Amino acid sequence: MKFNRILKTVFLSEFVVGLFLAIKYMFKPKATINYPFEKGPLSPRFRGEHALRRYANGEERCIACKLCEAICPAQAISIDAELKEDGSRKTTRYDIDMVKCIYCGLCQEACPVDAIVQGPNFEFSTETREELYYDKEKLLDNGDRWEKEIAYNIKTDKPYR
Amino acid sequence: MISEYLNIIFFDSLKILALLVPVLIAVALIVWVDRRVWGLVQLRKGPNVVGPFGLLQTAADALKYIFKEIIIPAGSNKIIFILAPVVTMSLALLAWAVIPFGDNLYVTNINVGILYLFAVSSLGVYGIIMAGWASNSKYPFLGALRSAAQMVSYEVSIGLIIVTVLLCVGSLNLVDIVLAQKNIWFAIPLFPMFVIFFISALAETNRPPFDLPEAEAELVSGYQTEYSGMMYALFWLGEYANILLMCALGSILFLGGWLPLLDIAPFNLIPSPLWLIFKILLLFIVFALVKAIVPRYRYDQLMRLGWKVFLPLSLFWVVLTASFLFYFNLLPNQS
Repeated sequence: MKFNRILKTVFLSEFVVGLFLAIKYMFKPKATINYPFEKGPLSPRFRGEHALRRYANGEERCIACKLCEAICPAQAISIDAELKEDGSRKTTRYDIDMVKCIYCGLCQEACPVDAIVQGPNFEFSTETREELYYDKEKLLDNGDRWEKEIAYNIKTDKPYR
Repeated sequence: MISEYLNIIFFDSLKILALLVPVLIAVALIVWVDRRVWGLVQLRKGPNVVGPFGLLQTAADALKYIFKEIIIPAGSNKIIFILAPVVTMSLALLAWAVIPFGDNLYVTNINVGILYLFAVSSLGVYGIIMAGWASNSKYPFLGALRSAAQMVSYEVSIGLIIVTVLLCVGSLNLVDIVLAQKNIWFAIPLFPMFVIFFISALAETNRPPFDLPEAEAELVSGYQTEYSGMMYALFWLGEYANILLMCALGSILFLGGWLPLLDIAPFNLIPSPLWLIFKILLLFIVFALVKAIVPRYRYDQLMRLGWKVFLPLSLFWVVLTASFLFYFNLLPNQS
């Protein structure tokens, strides 16, 4: 046993084995993806940038029930609401402080009309902090831009909710 | 008279430039090779964005370093602090003067070429000691001490290995050393020495597993800790120039320098510098692979390996080679 060990040490056998293993690994397919050019798969449940959705006729889904504001553990959402002349409750202010937000997805869970959702977009870094204080206009704009993906994700995830 | 001198100076400068520019480009390229091989072994891709296959990554890094601020610590010895990376880099380049790339392709062909090489590479430790001492800070100081001890210890066994080769050649001239390997490369009869040389070269150039002077976990980054900007880049390039030099020394001493693999048609048509470059690259890729597969040595293990294993072993091999050559009357240059 001991003699074996001495032989192993003298002939650097483990080193040589490691060397060949390294060479073998050099030619294996790589785990890296060229990130900005190719992207990894995302789950339909992915909790990325927030968005406010509209109905197909362009009407805002949000009914200003403030459940999201109430459930938000980071208190990142603030909502003001008023009664419109057609008798519906709509928000006048819907702000999310994306710096406070912890991306837990509870606002999406709380929403009874699927208005506030977290979309698949995670590439919204900015150069200033102020740009991360999202208002209603920005959120609705996000909703319009990502509607296709968001609708698909909600549909795919439906059976598991 | 004066124009004659000017002529000599002009042509010598041209010769030196013709050597130094390719060497510096080669240093930039092996940094890329190193990172790429390291990445490939770890199932990453390595730098592949700047230029074709990421080849210009080192140039981009150098550019970045040039534009960075150089911070000189208030408590440092400023002159020595600034001098240290310059010494490291220039010594690493100085040694290339005697490396022969072919029968008549060298800047100088001095009789004691190998001695010169050995002397210059021993001086390299001064750059590191100066950096560690002048920084006036504990991590650089400890890193420099470790590095100095390590380089001095392994230089002893490298010296004995070179003696073994010299016994077989009978000349200190690098061209003669290469030409003596016409029949058989020294890596074959002196294979154990080649392995010891390779491992000592790893220690000599502070490569993993012997990168103790830069062991991040304990010493931040050793003697380079206080350096920034272009001064750090000089250290970094000097280190790689040293590695390249060690690979060149290894291929000249053991792998037959610029000699082709076999002296037959397809092999001896390739020009001789290409053979040397090919051998250097091969050795360097093994250097890079070793970096990827081995963990770092503990300091006492490092010293034990140097003094208790390599020194006796190489000494024994010197005696063995000498007696073998003497007994069978194979000693070169005997009258």
